[in-house]
Amino acid sequence: MATVSVRQALKSFGTTRILHGVDVEIADGEFVVLVGPSGCGKSTLLRMIAGLENISGGEIAIDGRVVNNVPPKDRDIAMVFQNYALYPHMTVRQNMAFSMKLAKAPADIMEAEVQRAAKILGLDALLDRYPRQLSGGQRQRVAMGRAIVRHPQVFLFDEPLSNLDAKLRVQMRSEIRELQQRLGTTTIYVTHDQIEAMTMADQIVVMNGGRIEQSGAPLALYDKPANLFVAGFIGSPAMNLLPGTVTDRGFRIPSGTLLPLPPHAPANAATYGIRPEHMSLSEDGVEGTIVLVEPTGSETQVTLRFGETVLTGAFRERVQGRPGDKLRVLPDLDLVHLFGPDGARLPS
Amino acid sequence: MSATTAAPVWTKMRPKQGALSRLFDWKPFLAFVCLLPAVGLLMTFLTYPLGLGIWLAFTDTTIGREGIWVGLENFIWLMDDPIFWSAVFFSVFYTGVATIGKFALGLWLALLLNQHVPFKSMLRAIILLPWIVPTVLSAIAFWWIYDPQFSIISYLFVDVLGWRDQNIDFINTAWPARWSLIAANIWRGIPFVAITLLAGLQTIPPSLYEAALLDGASGWQRFRYITFPMLLPILAIVMTFSIIFTFTDFQLVYAITRGGPVNSTHLLATLAFQRGIQGGQLGEGAAIAVSMIPFLVFATLFSYYGLARRKWQQGEGND
Repeated sequence: MATVSVRQALKSFGTTRILHGVDVEIADGEFVVLVGPSGCGKSTLLRMIAGLENISGGEIAIDGRVVNNVPPKDRDIAMVFQNYALYPHMTVRQNMAFSMKLAKAPADIMEAEVQRAAKILGLDALLDRYPRQLSGGQRQRVAMGRAIVRHPQVFLFDEPLSNLDAKLRVQMRSEIRELQQRLGTTTIYVTHDQIEAMTMADQIVVMNGGRIEQSGAPLALYDKPANLFVAGFIGSPAMNLLPGTVTDRGFRIPSGTLLPLPPHAPANAATYGIRPEHMSLSEDGVEGTIVLVEPTGSETQVTLRFGETVLTGAFRERVQGRPGDKLRVLPDLDLVHLFGPDGARLPS
Repeated sequence: MSATTAAPVWTKMRPKQGALSRLFDWKPFLAFVCLLPAVGLLMTFLTYPLGLGIWLAFTDTTIGREGIWVGLENFIWLMDDPIFWSAVFFSVFYTGVATIGKFALGLWLALLLNQHVPFKSMLRAIILLPWIVPTVLSAIAFWWIYDPQFSIISYLFVDVLGWRDQNIDFINTAWPARWSLIAANIWRGIPFVAITLLAGLQTIPPSLYEAALLDGASGWQRFRYITFPMLLPILAIVMTFSIIFTFTDFQLVYAITRGGPVNSTHLLATLAFQRGIQGGQLGEGAAIAVSMIPFLVFATLFSYYGLARRKWQQGEGND
């Protein structure tokens, strides 16, 4: 167990700069998720913490010790790879025991550690199988077992669930979270899936283009996104972000429709943000044309059109409408987000 | 405007097939027809010569005289022939030492080329050179390199460096000649080994090495526990081919020493050629050639068991 500090970390491949001075502070035992679109540098940052990529600038410290020049094996970390990276020619037992075998651990300790990890992960019956004989979820568990047996100070996960089907992903998500809470090991987890980030993290770090857009607790990011990028990235279905201008009668979007504004709205707001789930059906609302109705059972998502502007709403009610029909919706004024011309959140 | 013209008549019924069309729809016939060209070629150029060779080995045919069946006489004769046994010895020795040399150097080269080195693709092309040059050409080059008088190696050691005061004797004494031939064979065989093993190396996912790095494996341990076991299946194939090619080698030896000095560098293939074609004793030559078959069968079996998919490569079913 340990803290991890990333200070002004830089990474360049040749002349291309991947990370532009990134700062992350991770407390002992914390579960941190690095999230962002493909190519935002999140995996690179993880690999720099693991020691698989060198650090072009700044410093990374694990448990207070700067590890910039410490080889991976001496950083006391364990990593779970996206493709699991199980050794195909070794059985599950050999895969999990490999690091101890290299460290010349006594056979009985090795076996005891493997058994302990297998018990935690429910792999007891599979110890003599080869990776090829396992399902995706089982391989995933073996990869975690390989990490657990080493009692590392930090677990690193590099998009570990992206090769699993949707149902298994949800199951493994809670398994990983539960395991982490049981072991209490500091964990850094990379994903591009914001739902994974929201459900698992103590702290989310949203990255984009080699910079950190915002970091904080999942609900803090959901409630108060610092800028347009985070607003659009966190939350599913994504927040509606409508460009327009503030007038004294409301927020005017290109179609001419006036959306209601909260009192004392800043006059320089250039983007109006409202989450689909924060809208209600109301006769007092603004009228749009239905483009699409998508019932999911628990709620109904409706896509509306205001001229060229498209707005999505998610309603508990079962909306009876067909494309082309009119529908009136009302944004919840307490939950409207306003962003300035530079994309930054405006205080309201 | 809608002057309805009669639509073309279309029925769902398929037209009745002709006899020939039905014949080609009959699987056994179709399979037979498709196999015919390949089987024909194999029969003409592989099975017939092999059968003829085996038949000749049991006759006393010479060039210009049709022989009669003599049973095992040719083989019994060879049993007492020290030159035959010397050729057996040298074939095995040549194959063994050259294979070890080719694989040690070829694997080393493959590992080097698998790293990030500058001019990688150019290096790979250069490495293939010994293999694409016709064997006889490279053999002639080696013949010059090993020449008692004009050898460039001798020139280097005697005239340039001054380390020796007389030319090196490469191919005029038995053992130096044997080693010289083995060196030439290794030089020629390395590219094949290096390129095929390089292809094998590139199928190993880099994440395995990263996982091993985190598990604390040193460079040697990564080779010992990851590279080598994962390379083993392809290594087995390449080695089998290499053993077969080396054991049946003819061109290098024939072009450089012709089996000399005093028959000391005969391989079974060159001896068979000398006895059968140059000496005219077709029966005896064929018997020598046929005696290679057990060795080749052994090499093939080695490949069969070496290539047998290992358990970790198989999909499902553990019990």
